[in-house]
Amino acid sequence: MPRTGVFICHCGTNIAGTVDIDKTVEASRNFPGVVHADEYRYLCSEMGQDIITKAIKENDLDRVVVGTCSPRMHENTFRKAAAEAGLNPYLLEVANIREHCSWVHKDMEEATPKAIALLRAAAAKAALNEALEAPRLDVEKRALVIGGGIAGIQAALDIAEAGYEVDIVEKDPSIGGRMAQLEKTFPTLDCSACILTPKMVEAAQHPNINLLTYSEVDEVKGFVGQFDVKIRQKARYVDPVKCTGCGICWEKCPSKAPSEFEMGLSKRKSIYVPFAQAVPMVPVIDRDSCLYFRKGRCQICEKECPPQAIDYEQQDEIIERRYGAIVVATGFDQLDPTIYGEYGYGQHPDILTGLEFERIFNASGPTGGKVVKLSDGKPPKKVVFIQCIGSRDKARGMNYCSKICCMYTAKQAILLKEKVPDAKSYVFYIDVRTGGKGYEEFQRRAAEEHDVAYMRGQVGKIFPEDDHLVVRGIDSLTNRNIEIKADMVVLAAATVARGDAPELGRLVGINSDSYHFFNEAHPKLKPVETHTAGIFIAGACQAPKDIPETVSQASAAAVKAIGLLSKEKLQGEACTAEVIQSDCSGCLNCEAICPYTAITPVEIEERYKDGVLKRTVAEVNPALCQGCGSCAVTCRSGSINLKGFSNDQIMAEVDAICLQR
Amino acid sequence: MTTETGKSRLIEDMKMHSGQDPNGCYQCGKCSAACPVSAALDLKPHQVLRYLQMGLENELAESKTPWVCASCFTCAARCPRDIDLARVMEGLRLSILRNRGGNKFGPAELTPEQLEKLPQQALVSGFRKYNK
Ligand SMILES: Cc1cc2nc3c(=O)[nH]c(=O)nc-3n(C[C@H](O)[C@H](O)[C@H](O)COP(=O)(O)OP(=O)(O)OC[C@H]3O[C@@H](n4cnc5c(N)ncnc54)[C@H](O)[C@@H]3O)c2cc1C
Ligand code: SF4
Ligand code: SF4
Ligand code: SF4
Ligand code: SF4
Repeated sequence: MPRTGVFICHCGTNIAGTVDIDKTVEASRNFPGVVHADEYRYLCSEMGQDIITKAIKENDLDRVVVGTCSPRMHENTFRKAAAEAGLNPYLLEVANIREHCSWVHKDMEEATPKAIALLRAAAAKAALNEALEAPRLDVEKRALVIGGGIAGIQAALDIAEAGYEVDIVEKDPSIGGRMAQLEKTFPTLDCSACILTPKMVEAAQHPNINLLTYSEVDEVKGFVGQFDVKIRQKARYVDPVKCTGCGICWEKCPSKAPSEFEMGLSKRKSIYVPFAQAVPMVPVIDRDSCLYFRKGRCQICEKECPPQAIDYEQQDEIIERRYGAIVVATGFDQLDPTIYGEYGYGQHPDILTGLEFERIFNASGPTGGKVVKLSDGKPPKKVVFIQCIGSRDKARGMNYCSKICCMYTAKQAILLKEKVPDAKSYVFYIDVRTGGKGYEEFQRRAAEEHDVAYMRGQVGKIFPEDDHLVVRGIDSLTNRNIEIKADMVVLAAATVARGDAPELGRLVGINSDSYHFFNEAHPKLKPVETHTAGIFIAGACQAPKDIPETVSQASAAAVKAIGLLSKEKLQGEACTAEVIQSDCSGCLNCEAICPYTAITPVEIEERYKDGVLKRTVAEVNPALCQGCGSCAVTCRSGSINLKGFSNDQIMAEVDAICLQR
Repeated sequence: MTTETGKSRLIEDMKMHSGQDPNGCYQCGKCSAACPVSAALDLKPHQVLRYLQMGLENELAESKTPWVCASCFTCAARCPRDIDLARVMEGLRLSILRNRGGNKFGPAELTPEQLEKLPQQALVSGFRKYNK
């Protein structure tokens, strides 16, 4: 017979207000195996923990039941108190009589017997509890950052500065992300490249940072502290060690393709760096357009390259490396507004998205920084901006607010006025949302000092007529229909998740919301953690956000990664699954269901009649098992037990509740 | 026309007939921007929604808008909040007619020449729109 002690917490009036504590203590004394019962106002306080520790020693207790709040809150607190008294912490059991009882009931007459039933069940389970040991796991002192935008760069710099090695995997030929595409940045209008380029260079030169550009993650295995990752470094067809970045190859290359960096508004060569400040300054050959790869002749770049860095035979390379922590920072895309036929996007060169308009401002952009119409090269005199394109639209777009477009629209209208002083701009908006330091003031400056006409309403149709675009909208403050003969229209297209986000999420093992933005572990208290230990998220891959917010989140993710990497050992999961191999039929349903690939088939030998029989059964790797219990419920022969939650323990709880009714 | 609960009978009937909830509208005005007969409306489509939200049933009952509406469905196709405004208009017409009794217009109001000249389909759809 065990020697069980029961301790009941008042939780102020949280529990005591609805559960009769005295009655509960009295009832507990009669549970099988209980030799001691007590209560206290706040068991989680230091005094409360002392009461438990002392009672364990004085009464020689070998099992403890606490009737308190949810185990998610304080199971660890009480386990530590038990350990202090020399008891294996897994011999303690929590009965949740707050969330499961006092908080959901009003009537003490009914809540009290329920609390007693929950305690009786916990005592019955505790009697079957076994001492468990949590495995101690190694931590690989290296981090992986996926995505080399401002979020990834910032996170990598912070981790590197703390003294840990970091690899950045960036799918494009250069790091920099969307911020590299921007002209000036709200609300201070500093030039994006001027503040970004130094960080890109710092990342490239940092002794602890290893840039893997033009690379993608192919596989992630393992668990917190020991993620085994396969990275595919795509063939650049240029040897990065020999290449000096002289630029002769892309100058001489006769073949062109639309530039991804310029949003297709201009062309780049088949051998190219995406933009002038690219890091690393090593070109890649785009096989799809290169004459040599397409038709087998040309090879001009090879002939012209002074250090002979061109290598058409280069192959994709797979790098396998172990990491202790992963930061996902893969950023965002812009919604393609062609789904809105009424706006005519894609049918006229002067109907642009916000990101395209950024490039029109940029000195190295498709127009060399001259703000002109793409149709005829003349400066636009009337520009209509339309906000919320595809945002806040549950019918055809995204139900959320994209958060950045009110601000970048105001910014672009101000920049327009600077570049084309006699231009007039109109902004159609539903609401102007400018929460943020200095943001409201910035937007008001656009309206008051830069002659930007804000029209509260939306646009119903845009169509070309003669040499302009007719924009039909409404100003809902005067209820007047408005018609503007515009030279240019800029659509603030919604910020959306990257197209490959669901796939990446599956690969890395993190989940996302219905819009494919990655989910944080808690919307308030765990904003950079995910539900998978050791994997963190930062930047616009989590939700639309601007640069200041992205950078803060990146540093937060870095701190979490650093905290993890700084540990010598990690405590693993003690409550892992275990196969009773003599009962196992070898169906391997469990292998298929385990989300952590912790189950593998093994061959065992069994005595059968006079001979020996070989058969395949399942085996659990306790280092990989996270104790989710999926296998235990799948097993048809009931031959999997989750330690700490064995079939016998669960049945004992059920019996303790049902048989005593 | 207001019921004991303070709700407007006209508006409750409109909701029932149309299956649309005016509270879903956030007044972006895209319906009014797109409506081909917007210029001829005394209340623009988005205003109709606002008046419904505010319970201004007398003003709605007086407005010409539901009767001028061409039932072209452009508004419904554009609305980012998935409100079928054309149905709202239809629901309003029906509720107004049923609440005040009598049709907006019937065969008796047409001259024999009109009755002869108008295609049958136009007559049928006209009666469908203006009769209860
Ligand atoms: C038109 C426009 C104007 C803006 N103006 C401003 C402004 O003035 N001020 C401001 O504060 N903010 C502005 N922003 C917002 C700003 O662009 C973002 O806040 C910022 O870029 C987010 O950074 P990020 O690193 O999270 O994402 P990104 O910049 O998108 O970077 C993500 C990186 O990850 C890489 N990547 C993606 N998927 C993978 C993968 N599977 N594997 C490896 N790598 C991957 C991408 O190639 C990219 O390099 C603007 C945005 C737009 C659209
Ligand atoms: S082989 Fe010719 S087309 Fe291809 S990248 Fe080199 S120069 Fe350009
Ligand atoms: S930030 Fe402004 S423009 Fe962008 S979706 Fe939100 S309200 Fe619309
Ligand atoms: S249904 Fe009526 S209100 Fe709506 S767009 Fe057509 S005419 Fe206008
Ligand atoms: S389009 Fe829809 S949301 Fe916008 S004002 Fe009209 S009814 Fe309201």
